[in-house]
Amino acid sequence: MTQYIIKRLLLLPLLLFIFSVFAFFIIQAPPGDFVTSYIAELAASGSSMDQAQVEALREQYGLDQPMIVQYFRWVGGMLRGNFGVSLDWKRPIMELIKERLLLTVLLGAMTFIISWSLAIPIGIISATKKYSFIDYFFTVFNYMGVATPTFMTALILMWLAYSYFGVSVTGLFSPEYVDAPWSLARAMDLLKHLWLPALILALDGTARLARVMRANLLDELNKPYVEMARAKGMSEWRLVLKYPVHLAINPLVSTIGWYLPMLFSGSVIVATVLNLPTIGPLLLRSLTNQDMFLAGVIVLIYCFLAIIGTLISDVLLAWLDPRIRMEA
Amino acid sequence: MEPLLSVRGLKTYFYLDEGTVKAVDGVDFDVFPGQIVGIVGESGCGKSVTIKSVLRLIQNPGRVVEGEILFRHQDEDGREKTIDLAQLDPHGKAIRSIRGAEIALIPQEPMASFSPVHTIGDQIMEAVLLHQDVSKEEARRISIERLHEVGMPNPEQRMKAYSWELSGGLRQRAMIAMSLACNPRLLIADEPTTAIDVTTQAQVLRLLLDLQEQHNMAVIFITHDLGVIAQIADFVVVMYLGRVMETGPVEDIFFHPQHPYTKALLESIPSIYAPAGERLPTIEGSIPHPFSRPSGCPFYPRCKAFMPGVCNTSTPQLKPINDRQAVSCFLYD
Repeated sequence: MTQYIIKRLLLLPLLLFIFSVFAFFIIQAPPGDFVTSYIAELAASGSSMDQAQVEALREQYGLDQPMIVQYFRWVGGMLRGNFGVSLDWKRPIMELIKERLLLTVLLGAMTFIISWSLAIPIGIISATKKYSFIDYFFTVFNYMGVATPTFMTALILMWLAYSYFGVSVTGLFSPEYVDAPWSLARAMDLLKHLWLPALILALDGTARLARVMRANLLDELNKPYVEMARAKGMSEWRLVLKYPVHLAINPLVSTIGWYLPMLFSGSVIVATVLNLPTIGPLLLRSLTNQDMFLAGVIVLIYCFLAIIGTLISDVLLAWLDPRIRMEA
Repeated sequence: MEPLLSVRGLKTYFYLDEGTVKAVDGVDFDVFPGQIVGIVGESGCGKSVTIKSVLRLIQNPGRVVEGEILFRHQDEDGREKTIDLAQLDPHGKAIRSIRGAEIALIPQEPMASFSPVHTIGDQIMEAVLLHQDVSKEEARRISIERLHEVGMPNPEQRMKAYSWELSGGLRQRAMIAMSLACNPRLLIADEPTTAIDVTTQAQVLRLLLDLQEQHNMAVIFITHDLGVIAQIADFVVVMYLGRVMETGPVEDIFFHPQHPYTKALLESIPSIYAPAGERLPTIEGSIPHPFSRPSGCPFYPRCKAFMPGVCNTSTPQLKPINDRQAVSCFLYD
């Protein structure tokens, strides 16, 4: 098992290299560069730039070099721990994303905990009490959860919170803490704000997850090992939780790996609506402005998280299912 | 002697959207202590549903609708008391304290009946711990002893094995060890040899016979294989479409079958003494669809001795015809 994990970790640099190439060239693929979109922005606000200024700007950012050179400069910098400077924000990239990344991961973890701790019990209850009132209730709840866009839920909750309780639920911090340095009080303030966006984001995932859990468990409940456990004299709840739930949860565990990257991109609209300082809106903006170094770094972090996430879910799966351990 | 288990007028129906399936429709039989009773019949005759009804394992939409399942229950102090399992809550504590402890099951498919993600040791120990007030170490010791008893090589290491790491025969042995975990007084074997090859089958049968003798258990053995019945059973119950056609000691069933269905079944066994080239006799027709059961005797459409106006109008009851056999047929009325 340890050997397997080490093997997977050794592959990581290679995968990251491949991803960095793809990330860089895909971001470069649209015509024009940051300077072009900068000029367009200037033109929109009524001012303009002469050709010499444009050339100077290109040279300053190294955009006049061939792509390969640009790529190696970027990667070389990253290897020395220098992620470069955002063209758009004129600030070091590290400084820009540090806190946002932390908040995104926190929000992701919270969303994950909420959706799993809701979805798994709901799935179990729906499956074991199939076609009962409670099953139908959850079915309706789940369909609503799947069908309602998350930003819509966010808007409704915002409106409800504001018009009935007079609270503003946007952002992750109270105004006095937004730019404050980290402290215990700030962390507490974050926790006070984090749960609502996490809940909104979790509802969508919960609904899907609960449906899958229900279907998986229904398949398992008719297996002979369940009847055998009954024949041994086990109580129904104990045997359901020990045997079929264990087997029904396995396929779900393999989806954990995609969770964080999915949340990265999936939460962009909700993050925009709720004004959350997460990484999604930053990525969106960097892409529209062709702020390629910033976009590249974010995409790379994405890939890194996806690889780590997949590794975690593979290890978990092997731990839960000895049949997978054998093949590894 | 008093029977250990006495089933009277058992009816188990399945209420489906398409209609009611009368899987078991009035079954009577007795099992005496230390006796091996073979229940034999074609697929779909209700033999599995019968024993699942005894264990109260029938799940929705099925239900035990009528009848008595009288079991001589032994409490902790060894006092015996007859209880009607049919009256118990199928999820309740009372039936659960009997399942696995006093009445144990050996299932049809040992592969699918073990959880693939738990070791067999874990599952056998669980069976011990469910009914016996012992420590984990003691449960482990009992489990290893049981595995040793069923002829599992290296039982201590096999405790850590998963069911899919064992061969078919060893898997069935592990399953038998699990069933014996609490020294049951009645062992129900539901086609335990169907999923394994013939050589292993013979070994498993031998093992079951030995264990039955050592533990002095009563056994209900379900099979569609008359050859197996001849080898193992003391007493035979022949079922067809949810009803008992004939009961009797194994010699009488094989040498003096009375019911036309039993006769037809025995005739359709291939014999090495049959002249070459002769056609194997079969039972005409096929089992009726569960929704279109014939009225009267369920066997009459396929029966050679069919008496129009009798067999198709009322249902024959199981009646003793001598001091050993009982038959449900109008020929003996």
